[in-house]
Amino acid sequence: MTTTKSPLHSEHLALGAHLTEFGGWDMPLRYSSDIAEHRAVREAAGLFDLSHMGGVSITGPEAGAFLDHALVGNLSALREMRARYTMICADDGGVLDDLIVYHNAPGEYFLVSNAANADTVLVALLERAAGFDVAVRDISAGQALIAVQGPRAEEILREVLTEDPEISGGTALDDLRYYACLGMRFDDESVLVARTGYTGEDGFEVWVDVPHAVPLWRAFLTAGEPHGLVPAGLSARDSLRLEAGMPLYGHELDATTTPFDAGMGRIVKLDKTHDDGTPVEFVGRAALAARRESAPARVLVGLRGTGRRPARAGYAVVQPDADGAPGPQVGTVTSGAPSPTLGHPVAMAYVTPEVSAEGTELAVDVRGRAEPFVVVPLPFYRRADA
Amino acid sequence: MADFPANLRYSVEHEWIDDASPATVGVTSHAVEALGDVVYLELPEVGATVEAGTVIGEIESTKSVSELFSPVSGTVVEVNQAAIDDPALVNSEPFGAGWLFKVDVTGEGQLLSAEEYAQHAG
Repeated sequence: MTTTKSPLHSEHLALGAHLTEFGGWDMPLRYSSDIAEHRAVREAAGLFDLSHMGGVSITGPEAGAFLDHALVGNLSALREMRARYTMICADDGGVLDDLIVYHNAPGEYFLVSNAANADTVLVALLERAAGFDVAVRDISAGQALIAVQGPRAEEILREVLTEDPEISGGTALDDLRYYACLGMRFDDESVLVARTGYTGEDGFEVWVDVPHAVPLWRAFLTAGEPHGLVPAGLSARDSLRLEAGMPLYGHELDATTTPFDAGMGRIVKLDKTHDDGTPVEFVGRAALAARRESAPARVLVGLRGTGRRPARAGYAVVQPDADGAPGPQVGTVTSGAPSPTLGHPVAMAYVTPEVSAEGTELAVDVRGRAEPFVVVPLPFYRRADA
Repeated sequence: MADFPANLRYSVEHEWIDDASPATVGVTSHAVEALGDVVYLELPEVGATVEAGTVIGEIESTKSVSELFSPVSGTVVEVNQAAIDDPALVNSEPFGAGWLFKVDVTGEGQLLSAEEYAQHAG
């Protein structure tokens, strides 16, 4: 299978990155130590290449109404220069992907999808666009996405990018809130900066046209180094998002899972309406309305390991057995790792409702041995100033 | 191509063994590089009999779990408790303080020279 290369591929090779195939892309798994990269993001800053993420622009007079129809959120109500986390579901309510939608100008939105789902999302959007006055275009190839994440991210960003009221979209960096965006300058180029991320830290995601991606990446590395910034790979990204309790498609989310199953029912806007006040019959609405009213068969929980061995995706969650052997299965681990920040194993798992209460003592079948875990609230980690 | 200590011999499963008696066994820098940060070691007990080429434990990194194979047959006489307590030693000093166990050797599996192993590790 052929993999796609990021516009920053040569930078990764020069930095000695250990590469991995991810969603059809050849991306950095880690540059040196994944634990060191994880800690740098928690304590200083990390630089991520996210160019594998899919990008779709939606433009036209009915762009907002189209997104209300195609996605579960109320995107026509999203203010300009704001972003929102949302999902695209199938007719049966199953999640096709989780997305971030940005409203960057009147009648202009773009959304970011997971690399592995980029084609699915694009095809579904094109199908759902029938009858709407919108243009749906894949813009993945022309843009690189670079994230600067961590407590020092803002200082570093200020050294590399400059504010320009002519392209800012009306916001100053000082006032930029979580899930808001603004235009900034990198030399003579304009870039779009969003205060979003997938690490549980403050940070920014920056869209830049491909020809300027390498200079911008290098500028962040150079400016960031005195602040403790290091390049960080997908391994650190995964352990950071797990500590922050954020779902990853293919693990906590898939086409057999509804947003309600994943504890994300709040983003499903069943009551969104057209301008005339009639309900929007968005794709998946009937199934999701029914699901909201039914008792869940499974609940997504956080698990803290009280032993040393981490649980991994796919391992069975079981009732603890007195003799240390795995008892009856009550769930399945979706993500698991040793938490570098907390120093003990953490995992997310779907379990039956009866064993989902905080403090419930469970076990995970770690290759035949019952390792002790206890149900804890998500997220595992929340930064001090959040 | 990486350099591997010439005084050691190597298994195709990326363990090394020295020629002392009892012999010391560890995993190679090449294996560690592929694994990433090691977070957990499951090693045989002292007194256990191990057989060349069979699974005798696990080495777990942040991202994956791999089986440990014994490069030789024999009886385990010591395990590296320091590495069990601080598996990062395996990353920092795979050929030194990050050794895994010592064994009274009764038989050998297929073992490679440093040069042959470097070819194998490619």
